[in-house]
Amino acid sequence: MVELADVDLSITLCGVRLPNPFVLASGILGTSDTLLEKAARLGAGAVTAKSAGLHPRTGHANPIVVDWGAGLINAVGLPNPGARREAELLAAAKARLAPLGVPLIASIFGGTPDEFAEVARIVLEAEPDILELNISCPNVHDEYGEPFAASCAGAVSVVEAVRPVCSVPLFVKLAPNVPNVGRIAADVVAAGADGITAVNTMPGMVIDVESGRPVLTNRSGGLSGPALKPIAVRCVYEIAQAVPGVPIIGTGGVTTGRDAAEMIMAGAWAVGVGSAVYYRGLEVFHSLRDELAAIVQHHRSTRVEELRGLAHRPRVASQEAVEP
Amino acid sequence: MSSPGGRPHLPVECAPRLRPGGPFGLLPRPLTIRDVRRENSRTATFVLDGELPEAKPGQFVMVWLPGHEEAPFSLAYHCPVTLTIAAVGPLTRAIHGLGPGEALWLRGPYGRPFGVEPETERPLLVGGGYGVAPLAFLAEHLLAAGRRPAAFVGGRTAEDIIGVARLEDLGVPVVVTTEDGSRGEAGLVTQPVGRFLARGEGDVLYGVGPHGMLYALARLARAHGVPAQLSWEAYMGCAVGLCGMCEHDGALLCVEGPVRHVILE
Ligand SMILES: Cc1cc2nc3c(=O)[nH]c(=O)nc-3n(C[C@H](O)[C@H](O)[C@H](O)COP(=O)(O)OP(=O)(O)OC[C@H]3O[C@@H](n4cnc5c(N)ncnc54)[C@H](O)[C@@H]3O)c2cc1C
Repeated sequence: MVELADVDLSITLCGVRLPNPFVLASGILGTSDTLLEKAARLGAGAVTAKSAGLHPRTGHANPIVVDWGAGLINAVGLPNPGARREAELLAAAKARLAPLGVPLIASIFGGTPDEFAEVARIVLEAEPDILELNISCPNVHDEYGEPFAASCAGAVSVVEAVRPVCSVPLFVKLAPNVPNVGRIAADVVAAGADGITAVNTMPGMVIDVESGRPVLTNRSGGLSGPALKPIAVRCVYEIAQAVPGVPIIGTGGVTTGRDAAEMIMAGAWAVGVGSAVYYRGLEVFHSLRDELAAIVQHHRSTRVEELRGLAHRPRVASQEAVEP
Repeated sequence: MSSPGGRPHLPVECAPRLRPGGPFGLLPRPLTIRDVRRENSRTATFVLDGELPEAKPGQFVMVWLPGHEEAPFSLAYHCPVTLTIAAVGPLTRAIHGLGPGEALWLRGPYGRPFGVEPETERPLLVGGGYGVAPLAFLAEHLLAAGRRPAAFVGGRTAEDIIGVARLEDLGVPVVVTTEDGSRGEAGLVTQPVGRFLARGEGDVLYGVGPHGMLYALARLARAHGVPAQLSWEAYMGCAVGLCGMCEHDGALLCVEGPVRHVILE
């Protein structure tokens, strides 16, 4: 019998050690060094800052997030202070996180591959542990057009521009609404990405029937929370198959330890946490850790890594197969 | 039923806690305006056709006007839902253009409410500007808990003073201050509060208003060693603890506020 206290939840992503697999997802609480530290103190295994672009942006007007029942929908619109200020914020966050042993993931976006590279150069001065390319935000279509994550060529163009300037592990955040997410993952890895974050939110819309208007000011938004989970689990499964051995941060609707175990069994190394902060409050990281540890123990394992990819085992052929 | 290998089943996480909004979520819902009462040239109180029996004083709702924006407003009362709104910008001016029969879309209530401070008897309730809005709701709550509240209402001029009658109707004594002396005592609302504390006529502070007033109340609370619960305002986006826009001093005001307790050393 494995004792709960013997369960080791720590993992390593490209040489970066996380005390547990739960990663604060980009866009949740990542707007300041103090909030990033707060998430780490609340038990996150790594924290991702809010995505930053080259210039400051105010984002969309309210409403920006609503709970529609089976999940959330958001269109925050990438408000951020611009790359220069973001680098200062990241440096301050890095200093706060160092004594806690919690790594920092910087997240960036851009309108062109060259702009991505320029933002990367600036924010990397703060020496984040990992750089994540947000090529999949569904909510800035009006300004930026189709996300780079929509096609292999688009995704690869960003990775090729950033890779030469990036000295830290490079993760690419992919979109769920593509016909073949595994192929996109394979192509960005071939182009030099070290890891994959999967997935971003799923585009959707909620209309208020009384007024006949979309609830979000941006009209459409990204679905997250419970509704996204099976979609995300399947994407992670496909990616794990397409790029075996490449670290994946499985993100999308993880609310409980069981959800996290599903992600890990699908092939995720780490697990992103976003909407769950709404569903379960700021204590969510502690709860998730305890729940996942119990599941690892249930599988008579001592390391969370032993659950990784379990769902990929071949089907057990039935001895009494029913003949038609 | 047993799981493979005779292992016990894993605990199933409690579903209700995971879905605070229920099956239909917490989408903004329209509530019809029943009555509009003018408080002063900038401020009006909207009584809506709806109740939030669970809501507590100090909590807020997000108010959306389709085609316009959405913003937070404190509950001036919960049954019926009542909001006191100052017209300061595009959304609030649009709301002021509405009358009975028209609707406001609400989601909430959100945030940490005011609480009854244990072992206190004489709470001092302090409001500045539209911050006075939730004070009568709070006073009612404190009276029901056997406390004897006194209220302090401040403004720049007599025209800015609102909410006094509602407090007096509850039997709560009200001290009014204006910066220009046009009504009540001349000066800042924190002056009479300091005097009451010095005379031992108050043992806990409750405050809603501009940040300058709240900082002054926090200093008074520390100087006199009395607990204080202060409601802070910040720009709010999601109102559910995700977007980070309402951070104030490392706290997320939408879920860890708006009411914060002053820590006494
Ligand atoms: C917890 C809380 C309780 C509040 N209670 C009341 C109340 O009872 N009565 C009342 O009249 N007002 C209240 N407010 C303020 C109210 O939200 C703003 O007056 C309103 O947002 C103004 O919107 P506008 O479009 O008319 O003005 P704008 O021109 O958009 O802004 C005018 C002012 O309101 C502030 N503001 C704008 N949008 C927001 C937002 N999303 N969140 C917070 N502040 C914003 C701006 O910073 C600016 O100072 C409260 C705010 C908070 C945070």
